Amino acid sequence: MTDATASGNAQGRSRSLKVLDERTRKRYAAEKRFRYYGMGAVGVGVLLLVILLVSILSNGLGAFRQTMFELEITLTQAQITEAEESLLKTSVYRGFIEENMRAALTEAGIADEVETSQAMELLGGDAGSTLRNWAVGQRVTPVPEPDEGVTRTFNFLADGRIDGYFKGRVTMESAERDSRVTPEELALADDLREAGVLRVEFNPGFLTMSDASENQPEAAGLGVAIVGSLYMMLIVLCLALPIGVCASIYLEEFAPKNKLTDLIEVNISNLAAVPSIVFGILGLAIFINFMGLPLSAPIVGGLVLTLMTLPTIIISTRAALKSVPPSIRSAALGVGASQMQTVFHHVLPLAAPGILTGTIIGLAQALGETAPLLLIGMVAFVQEYPAAPPEGLFDPASALPVQVYNWTQRADPAFFERASGAIIVLLVFLAIMNVTAVLLRRRFERRW
Amino acid sequence: MSVFKTTATTLAALAATTAVAAAQSREQVQVAGSSTVLPYASIVAEAFAENTDFAAPVVQSGGSSAGLRQFCEGAGENTIDIANASRPISESEIETCRANGVDGIIEVRIGYDGIVFASQIDGPEFTAFEPEQWYHALAAQLPQDGEMVDNPNANWTDVDDTLPDAEILTFIPGTNHGTREVFNENVILAGCEASGAMEQILEINGGDEEAAEVTCMDIRSDGSAVEIQGDYTETLNRMNQNPDSVGVFGLAFYENNTGSLKVATMGGVEPNTETIASGEYPVSRPLFFYVKKPHIGVIPGLKEYAMFFVSDEVAGPGGPLAQYGLVPDPELAQTREKVENETTMSDE
Repeated sequence: MTDATASGNAQGRSRSLKVLDERTRKRYAAEKRFRYYGMGAVGVGVLLLVILLVSILSNGLGAFRQTMFELEITLTQAQITEAEESLLKTSVYRGFIEENMRAALTEAGIADEVETSQAMELLGGDAGSTLRNWAVGQRVTPVPEPDEGVTRTFNFLADGRIDGYFKGRVTMESAERDSRVTPEELALADDLREAGVLRVEFNPGFLTMSDASENQPEAAGLGVAIVGSLYMMLIVLCLALPIGVCASIYLEEFAPKNKLTDLIEVNISNLAAVPSIVFGILGLAIFINFMGLPLSAPIVGGLVLTLMTLPTIIISTRAALKSVPPSIRSAALGVGASQMQTVFHHVLPLAAPGILTGTIIGLAQALGETAPLLLIGMVAFVQEYPAAPPEGLFDPASALPVQVYNWTQRADPAFFERASGAIIVLLVFLAIMNVTAVLLRRRFERRW
Repeated sequence: MSVFKTTATTLAALAATTAVAAAQSREQVQVAGSSTVLPYASIVAEAFAENTDFAAPVVQSGGSSAGLRQFCEGAGENTIDIANASRPISESEIETCRANGVDGIIEVRIGYDGIVFASQIDGPEFTAFEPEQWYHALAAQLPQDGEMVDNPNANWTDVDDTLPDAEILTFIPGTNHGTREVFNENVILAGCEASGAMEQILEINGGDEEAAEVTCMDIRSDGSAVEIQGDYTETLNRMNQNPDSVGVFGLAFYENNTGSLKVATMGGVEPNTETIASGEYPVSRPLFFYVKKPHIGVIPGLKEYAMFFVSDEVAGPGGPLAQYGLVPDPELAQTREKVENETTMSDE
């Protein structure tokens, strides 16, 4: 008997631990293969991320730099008065810039070779309004005698095509075919850059200026979008956090287990999976058509995003509450605390890191949402900054992802660069929020 | 405890601000509609804010039909004041408007836009098209020997020997665009009539002219004609992936992208502001915006915006709109007068 078993074993696998038999080798090989699959999967993910980041950064970093046109302008009071009396005031001011252009060209030493009108083509579309904004403040009525005039050195934005030339987006060949710029203008831009009149520098305006029309892509900025997104996040935080936490505490700690609470639970999970555009339709029907809130306002956007974020917050809060061990509750109840004291003095503080993490992730999700804003009129060309809250919550505003969407639809290729720049800003905001969430969890998390 | 307090305060604050909002009136004009008119409207909105003391109007896009539907939803501060459209408002839309209490619509024609046929600058030599070539390339069914057969043409050379050897692949505006209507009527239907196909279809269907027109304008759905629901940037992107394709664009969009697109003549006429203004170029359409008269005087700056839009300095020759690609309307002065007198469509 013993002989038989021994020989049987000897056939199946060797007795020595040092020599691997067939089955063990196979098991090891399978494990190794699986590790490679896993590494491959991670590798693919990282590679895609790198491609995404490289393409966005290479397209978008240019948006943070802008070519500036330095020009000294002298205006007389009579000129200001004349301009203010016309209908299209900015174009009259543009005419005044042309009058001052000759001096700048002389200083650069190329006045003989070029016409001032050609040099004007290098100037961005908003030069007239930049000048007007300043000139209106300098105006003295009635026109004094003698009319001495006022002088100031301006850094006007250069035209989008010229800007693109210095960033490599526009070339001499493409200018040949382009109806908006000529190779002569690019050559002139080169000369002016050498003379120090044109400079490429950091462009804070990209973060502070409001959106601009297609005639002046160089003047387009993210200001209104950032403010709009901030207002909406504020509303979401103020509404979704307290409502979500209250709802989850009740459901988790107080609610009786019956069919009704089961139904509510199922519905909350379902709501978390509802496509965001559905919340937009709801927002249009309830907040705008029924409650009469204004179109394009951050308050409506915030309310819609609150509805969208609530399930996420409730689910993560309930998970955080659940992970607090029952022994803590029992101990608190055992020494005579009421159920509410147990929750607020013991359970909630321990669950706080989880709740905060869930909230921040929900907010980050809401920050990147465009679809629900489409129907409530926030996907729009908004030029005016909203006022300070609370009134400002009712003024029209844009949002960061909306601005990206809008800019990708513009005809001028310069907007493509701006769109990528806006994506970078959006990603930075998202990264900050997610890192905060991770840090909070690391810092306060307790393990049992 | 603090959680309850926060909630209570927030809800109270919300209620208070809602009350504030109900009391204050809207300060800026709300505009929505055609994506073709959007660039012009945003240029004017920007200039309007720069040159006057009014707030900049808010301009949404989304297409002529969507804009007019929003426009006709009702009157009141939480509805839009102006709808941009790349086609005239239809009778049924006016009906809807009236049913929802929107009485008194002022129609404002701002100028003309050409529809151009462009291909990639390094692509095949598409330099001249005729409407009948487009009809033969895109019709769902063609008349042949007394009956209708499915369109057999797969290559542009099947349509006409003079055209380049390239597979028929075109990107045309979707039916949600006002542009599509003009394309159907001025290119496909015109081509159908010019090629003599119309008479053949009439023979086949027994002289029913309306049905024949519908047959003419029925576009094939086998992938040779791709309908673009989005805007021209989407068309441009699709063309970049298919270098042999031909796309349908607005003149202004083409003029901003002459670096990557080349345009073909239609009926032997090159599209530009002169040929479109003179009516020589066959495929052009007027652009409009519609103003709710009851909102004038309630929404600050509404009439001023409309007047500013149609002023000679803005929409006239040499103005910022013409610079962008709008073909100025020779009858701009009459339009201006109409806005000045607030003449509604029912008064005309």
